[in-house]
Amino acid sequence: MAKTNSLGAKRQKAYSRQRVYLWFIVPAIVVIFAVIVFPWIFTLWMSLNDWQIGMSNSFVGLGNFAKLSGDARFLSTIPRTLYFTVLAVLLPVILGVFAAEVFHQRFPLRGLLRGVYIMPMMATPVAIALVFTMMFHPQLGVLNYLLSVIGIPKQLWVYSADTVIPTLALVEVWQWTPLVMLIVLGGLAALPTEPYESAVIDGASQWQMFRYITFPLILPFLMIAVIIRTIDALKSFDIIYVITQGGPGTASETINIFLYLQAFAFLRIGHASAVVIVFFVIILALALTLLYARERLRWNR
Amino acid sequence: MESVIQRRRLAISYRLNKLLGRIALWFAVIVVISPAVFVFFWMLSLSLKNEIDNIAYPPVFIPNPPTLANYLKIFRESNYALFAYNSVIVSGMATLIALIVGVPAGYGIAKGKAQGLGMLIMVARITPGLSYLIPLFMLFRFLHISGTLLALMISHLVITIPMVVWVMISFFEDIHPELEEAALTDGCNIWQAFYRVAMPIARPGIAVAAILAFIQSWNNFLFGVVLAGRETRTLPVAVFNAMTFEQLSWGPVAAAALVVTLPSLLLTIFVQRDIVTGLAAGGIKG
Repeated sequence: MAKTNSLGAKRQKAYSRQRVYLWFIVPAIVVIFAVIVFPWIFTLWMSLNDWQIGMSNSFVGLGNFAKLSGDARFLSTIPRTLYFTVLAVLLPVILGVFAAEVFHQRFPLRGLLRGVYIMPMMATPVAIALVFTMMFHPQLGVLNYLLSVIGIPKQLWVYSADTVIPTLALVEVWQWTPLVMLIVLGGLAALPTEPYESAVIDGASQWQMFRYITFPLILPFLMIAVIIRTIDALKSFDIIYVITQGGPGTASETINIFLYLQAFAFLRIGHASAVVIVFFVIILALALTLLYARERLRWNR
Repeated sequence: MESVIQRRRLAISYRLNKLLGRIALWFAVIVVISPAVFVFFWMLSLSLKNEIDNIAYPPVFIPNPPTLANYLKIFRESNYALFAYNSVIVSGMATLIALIVGVPAGYGIAKGKAQGLGMLIMVARITPGLSYLIPLFMLFRFLHISGTLLALMISHLVITIPMVVWVMISFFEDIHPELEEAALTDGCNIWQAFYRVAMPIARPGIAVAAILAFIQSWNNFLFGVVLAGRETRTLPVAVFNAMTFEQLSWGPVAAAALVVTLPSLLLTIFVQRDIVTGLAAGGIKG
């Protein structure tokens, strides 16, 4: 009898404790509602209005979305953004795995060199973009000089519509491969050693060990890297805006750049809000697809 | 006799293999870090050369003699001291407020299992920055604070709060519940258990959260370019404007770019070990 009583009291206590923990969250909830949730709701409302800064607004329902679906300039930003994203996800994943294998080895000064290696992802993107702008200069840029040293002809880099997207992706790859490296490095640190010991006894080659032991074991970490990278590459703004501002012409105008120009160059707030919502749906759809793929991978093993 | 020679040969080939392995490893290390090293070296090189050397072809790699003229120029001719002050105030305050509300929130979520707020922060992470910017821009106009440091600081909370909460959740989840249980049975209330027991243990986590939030806020360009006024520009916005006005004046632009990014880089080098664990925790649990 006494026992059940104390159990009930314990449960009561645990319950009231849960309520106390809520108080820790209240200040954050207030601020998050003000600066994050309010903008979401307001964006939804604006997207249903024909609203231009400095003019009166009128409710148009889904009119902004209808207009977007027939806007050739907007529609052309979608495949362009996806092209940029594929490059800016796949290359860092491949290079990041290699870098992680390197930094997983033991060698002197490893900590310091790893610090140097992750500097790109912590550097200010605007500053990086400016330096790359100078390096991409077709006549005076150092990159064309380095290419000429090894016998490759001069490139137009961001000055040609054909190469602007891969070139911008290159900057993104340079900046974000370290993040993939860090995530994979975390995965490598958690690997068991037994499979490698038996593989060595069985006479497996380095490549076989990577292909059949390491790769399957780090795959979940790689998927996390792919998901994070995809979301960030879709949203990439600073690098593209600083280097090309969407040019030449509209050759590097991604969804985010288009959105920025609509909102803050043309001040078409309602229109831009509709773009935000379409953009968010695209990001969410891709993120959920990748999460689903990750779950499937887990099931298959 | 025969076997001694054989053994010695084996030893030599073993050592040779080991040496080759070492050389291959160092080669790989150099290949991996050289893109990062080269870009930062080039930034430094451009900032220390005069204009003639900067537009010379073939390029001049080592400044000879190096000059600080570009640095003097940007601080004398533009208001970089003011922009640096703006950046420090905006990022410093946004980080401080994020810590004040975000550290307890991380604790509350880790202990109280408030999954809803965790999900909300995930969605906030996915949302494009511009979707906050348009409403906040309208809101600041309505409140008559557009173009002020206060408005900028409020907008930067969008960056700093999710970062702090996210990092703190994983740190508080790693603390053994027994420690707080002991404090609670000894007569502490929950607030004291948090303040006296959990917070001191999680201090490295708080440092990581603060540094990552500060760097993210310091590096942010988008919010500043839209919301800042002429006098309230942060450093990234100021250096972007320098580029558009001085198209071919590479030295000062490179010097300004280096000044802007130097704090982020120094913080990275000094606390890279913590950043590695912090990002790994945040990334893997995401």
